[in-house]
Amino acid sequence: MSGHDSKYFSTTKKGEIPELKEELNSQYKDKRKDAVKKVIAAMTVGKDVSSLFTDVVNCMQTENLELKKLVYLYLINYAKSQPDLAILAVNTFVKDSQDPNPLIRALAVRTMGCIRVDKITEYLCDPLQRCLKDDDPYVRKTAAICVAKLYDINAELVEDRGFLDALKDLISDNNPMVVANAVAALAEIQESSSRPIFEITSHTLSKLLTALNECTEWGQVFILDALSKYKAADAREAENIVERVTPRLQHANCAVVLSAVKMILQQMELITSTDVVRNLCKKMAPPLVTLLSAEPEIQYVALRNINLIVQKRPTILAHEIKVFFCKYNDPIYVKMEKLEIMIKLASDRNIDQVLLEFKEYATEVDVDFVRKAVRAIGRCAIKLERAAERCISVLLELIKIKVNYVVQEAIIVIKDIFRRYPNTYESIIATLCESLDTLDEPEAKASMIWIIGEYAERIDNADELLESFLESFPEEPPQVQLQLLTATVKLFLKKPTEGPQQMIQVVLNNATVETDNPDLRDRAYIYWRLLSTDPEAAKDVVLAEKPVISDDSNQLDPSLLDELLSNIATLSSVYHKPPEAFVTRVKTTQKTEEEDYPEAGEQSYSDSPARVADSGASPPASSANPQHPASRQPAAPAALPDLLDLGMDNSSSAIVSVDQPASPAGPPLPVVLPASSGQGLQISAQLIRRDGQVFYSMMFENNSQVPLDGFMIQFNKNTFGLAAGGQLQVPQLLPGTSASTLLPMVLFQNISPGPANTLLQVAIKNNQQPVWYFNDKIYFHVLFTEDGRMERSTFLETWKSLPDSNEVSRDFPASVINSVETTLDRLAASNMFFIAKRKHANQEVLYLSAKIPRGIPFLIELTAVIGTPGVKCAIKTPSPEMAPLFFEAVETLLKS
Amino acid sequence: MPVAASAVYFLNLRGDVLINRLYRDDVGGNMVDAFRMHIMQTKELGTCPVRQIGGCSFFYMRISNVYIVIVVSTNANVACAFKFVVEAVALFKSYFGGSFDEDAIRNNFVLIYELLDEIMDFGYPQNLSPEILKLYITQEGVRSPFSSKQPLDKPVPNATLQVTGAVGWRREGLVYKKNEVFLDIVESVNLLMSSKGSVLRCDVTGKVLMKCFLSGMPDLKLGLNDKIGLEKESQLKSRPTKSGKTIELDDVTFHQCVNLTRFNSEKTVSFVPPDGEFELMKYRITEGVNLPFRVLPTIKELGRTRMEVNVKVKSVFGAKMFALGVVIKVPVPKQTAKASFQVTSGRAKYNPSIDSLVWKIKKFPGQTESTMSAEVELISTIAEKKSWTRPPIQMEFQVPMFTASGLRVRFLKVWEKSGYNTVEWVRYITKAGSYEIRC
Repeated sequence: MSGHDSKYFSTTKKGEIPELKEELNSQYKDKRKDAVKKVIAAMTVGKDVSSLFTDVVNCMQTENLELKKLVYLYLINYAKSQPDLAILAVNTFVKDSQDPNPLIRALAVRTMGCIRVDKITEYLCDPLQRCLKDDDPYVRKTAAICVAKLYDINAELVEDRGFLDALKDLISDNNPMVVANAVAALAEIQESSSRPIFEITSHTLSKLLTALNECTEWGQVFILDALSKYKAADAREAENIVERVTPRLQHANCAVVLSAVKMILQQMELITSTDVVRNLCKKMAPPLVTLLSAEPEIQYVALRNINLIVQKRPTILAHEIKVFFCKYNDPIYVKMEKLEIMIKLASDRNIDQVLLEFKEYATEVDVDFVRKAVRAIGRCAIKLERAAERCISVLLELIKIKVNYVVQEAIIVIKDIFRRYPNTYESIIATLCESLDTLDEPEAKASMIWIIGEYAERIDNADELLESFLESFPEEPPQVQLQLLTATVKLFLKKPTEGPQQMIQVVLNNATVETDNPDLRDRAYIYWRLLSTDPEAAKDVVLAEKPVISDDSNQLDPSLLDELLSNIATLSSVYHKPPEAFVTRVKTTQKTEEEDYPEAGEQSYSDSPARVADSGASPPASSANPQHPASRQPAAPAALPDLLDLGMDNSSSAIVSVDQPASPAGPPLPVVLPASSGQGLQISAQLIRRDGQVFYSMMFENNSQVPLDGFMIQFNKNTFGLAAGGQLQVPQLLPGTSASTLLPMVLFQNISPGPANTLLQVAIKNNQQPVWYFNDKIYFHVLFTEDGRMERSTFLETWKSLPDSNEVSRDFPASVINSVETTLDRLAASNMFFIAKRKHANQEVLYLSAKIPRGIPFLIELTAVIGTPGVKCAIKTPSPEMAPLFFEAVETLLKS
Repeated sequence: MPVAASAVYFLNLRGDVLINRLYRDDVGGNMVDAFRMHIMQTKELGTCPVRQIGGCSFFYMRISNVYIVIVVSTNANVACAFKFVVEAVALFKSYFGGSFDEDAIRNNFVLIYELLDEIMDFGYPQNLSPEILKLYITQEGVRSPFSSKQPLDKPVPNATLQVTGAVGWRREGLVYKKNEVFLDIVESVNLLMSSKGSVLRCDVTGKVLMKCFLSGMPDLKLGLNDKIGLEKESQLKSRPTKSGKTIELDDVTFHQCVNLTRFNSEKTVSFVPPDGEFELMKYRITEGVNLPFRVLPTIKELGRTRMEVNVKVKSVFGAKMFALGVVIKVPVPKQTAKASFQVTSGRAKYNPSIDSLVWKIKKFPGQTESTMSAEVELISTIAEKKSWTRPPIQMEFQVPMFTASGLRVRFLKVWEKSGYNTVEWVRYITKAGSYEIRC
């Protein structure tokens, strides 16, 4: 039979709170009790009933234990929001803590510790003192935990009142549950303090080991966890400890078992006798296996821990691989972890069985699991040389099933197998090529392309295969583009015939001109340069022997592994991350300690992201980047013929002339004349500043059918009198090619009158086409000169000397300064120089200076709250008419 | 740190809070919203029971139509947390009389709050034994056969001593007119067989369940025909082991009442039992398992619209025994239209909701065999689908008075200072655990 509390959740139509208030103040006990139940029900579903505080607290003084508990529950939830009213409850608490009934005494202390209100805490000390020495163990065990609660609120108070010593005394209590709670409290306090508070001596150790036999299952966990920090003096002591802990392995409670395993593993480090160690390993296996018949969630925790244990001591479960076979109905998270452990336990002895299992899994329904199973086969092949052939034959069988994602995953792992065993299994390439059309995932495609490129000389139609990918080159993801580029270069080096040569032209063009991916472009330029200067060197570099890989993925760094093993059963062992990687709570260092240990707290809790291991399954080293032997330098370029003959004969070729600052760097240039309006000629251009000079960076692309030559340029009058400082150097452009150039610019030639603006009108002509006109924009910051830095004093003087009418300001509501440093770096790169900063309330105020030609200075004041949108910019300058242009420039700079 | 929880939430399937209890201050009261948003309302639900969101970690378990969610912000003991949830649910069940679901929680929420306050303090699990808690947490609506002799509204005076006592699971002063002990050996056989009939994995997980109605504070000792126990005994008594089958237990775990140190040194199972029903021990056996059934399936796909399924089941336990409630589920493709059957015993039908042919035999005598042959018609699908992945055949059964492991109780001795006589009852039963045959 069950209760009928659900009625308390139903609400009446009348306003709820006033009605409850009325009932709480009823003269009838039963009605009051029902009302409190309704309040708790409302609290549970998330309604705010804090306004009833006084009325509920009035019900506190009652003989009825059930009602009292409900009121206390209410207090725990709302005391913090009503600290002034909470004081009303203090008297009852103090009185209850002296009640003849131990249950009530304990209840009072337990609840008071949960109310984090200063005024209550003050009154807690005396009752706590009494309860720590109470005759009744139930009260003492509650008081022990209460000390930890108080420490969390006010550590100083705990130390001043001597509660720590009282707590330490409780370790010798004759009641095991009191001992266990005292240990838990001390361990927690120790964890949040940087001072040694709870040190386990050999004396406490033996006391605690004795208490272990008598206390509850949870108490055993507290004690084992605390003891796992104990460092035994020598092998013999370690053996003694282990002997007394091993019986715990038979406990039905999984937490007891895991904590016992943790402690045994810690002590095993010290034990020298191989017999003892072997024996212990034997004893630990069955309990670990038994954990796998618990609830799936517990199985998951156990499996994550077993994953660590088998990395440290593979022998423990070496013969138990069968228990990790997946059941059809296991939850997916259990299956994934089992698979991971199966890979770790796979050996020459059991591989046949394991492969049969993996093959079975590869036909299941869950796609992620199937993929992992296929990948597992590949990892076994890499791990076990003698089994590699069998693994590959299983993979080939799977490929024949023609399930799309199985095929793709198989190809990814086969690429790794080729890396591990070069020149061994290439006979299967033909089978792989059959599935070429079905590949649609980037990683699988990239892997297949890598295989084709790597073994181009053995695949008769390698060029055809690669060509089929080339058509879609611009649409492919970067991963595939990079592989395609490298594979084509390999093909060309291995078969330098006409077909590959054409292919490589297309690829290099695509990868240098039409892409906005800097990685791809850089790699393409390097290949291009290598091929055009020294094909032999290119062969040495691109076709170099690759280092053989091994299956070290999912293998943790030994020191991290040790740390994780000392955290068995905790979150850390489940995440496979050290605790400080996910626990954000900082140690409470006290004032007095801070003087003694200035940075102790900070040091021990400083983030160490470098140690955070990625627990996710990542494929083994799979990059097909050519390995550049460090010692090999490309030979002198002049001595060798240009293999490519792509018109790179002189410096006018814009593409790879390193001597001139011609190769465009950084983001792609904006298109100023699209091909559609330029009869196939597309021009991209932008003003840039480099080495103290303004250049017009331009790129010409000939998408028309005829070669274009005789390019000339002319600039219209503009605010700054910008004009060409030399001849436009553009070679003849064959159809389908492009050229870039940097045109030096000069200032103050043809200055247009009228208000300052950023308009730049340009005319371009060539011998084949009409004259093209287009408008570009002058980026004002291009004009900032390198000598714009001002001394602090100069700045102040200049500021003062300029009249206030020369001060202009503007708000940039959308701009954000996230970090002062990065912003200053960025501004400095555009010749805006930092002078000083100050803090005004929560705002940062930055002072900078800049100068434009003819020595016109700009004094700048930027005001912003870090990380919050909205930047205010105020400037003072002798030429306030330039201010709008200036603001536009600053806004652009802050945005980029 | 063995802290198991900073907050505990009970949610229904819609995500409404049924119970919330904050134990520590380090997690905000609104963390449950994060759980709802990032786990319950996403595909994440069910993919991993431990998740980190922001600075907090969430552990969750689903029990019937309720999610129990634990929130922590420290490096908490996860094993402890999950075990706490399991034990707490068992405790609530024992209070509400069996069921644990949304209705039961709503109907008992005051009691649940009271229990939650008692069984965990500041995130540290305390005593969770129903037996002892019932001494002083006695709410109306709760009927328990063990506390009926106590006055209901007043807590027992020495309850607190018993909660914290060394025998924290049994109260003193019990009196029964007739002293009885019921022992149930319940074994689950787990089998994974390949389509070719070879055993891939096979083990037995067994439980010794006990129901005690004994007066006073009795000391019990249990003897089984397990190898180590027998060897140790013959060593101690310097007498050769009696012939007969001995069983090698791979692993044993015991209820907290069993003296583990003594088990470790003397290999005897001795204990002071809790009153009423409890699980004394669990064991696992992998060697020498007697499989009660052999299943021989043949499945032929005849073209794209027809399938022929033949399943032969042989019982291989003693001819005088019989199995009850035998169910064999043979998976068929989703596009199955209908199936016609021929069976030598029991009844078979096609159940589209689980995509399986279900063959039920109420009573299956030992040393016999039975067959089912079915013709399955499929709806032809136009789309070129990948070949059907065949889930394994699953089987359910119960065989009374049979243990797959061969385990037997040799003796159960009861000592009490008053020296009363006890009546002992022993039953055996073997059930199917996950009994899977790939096809």
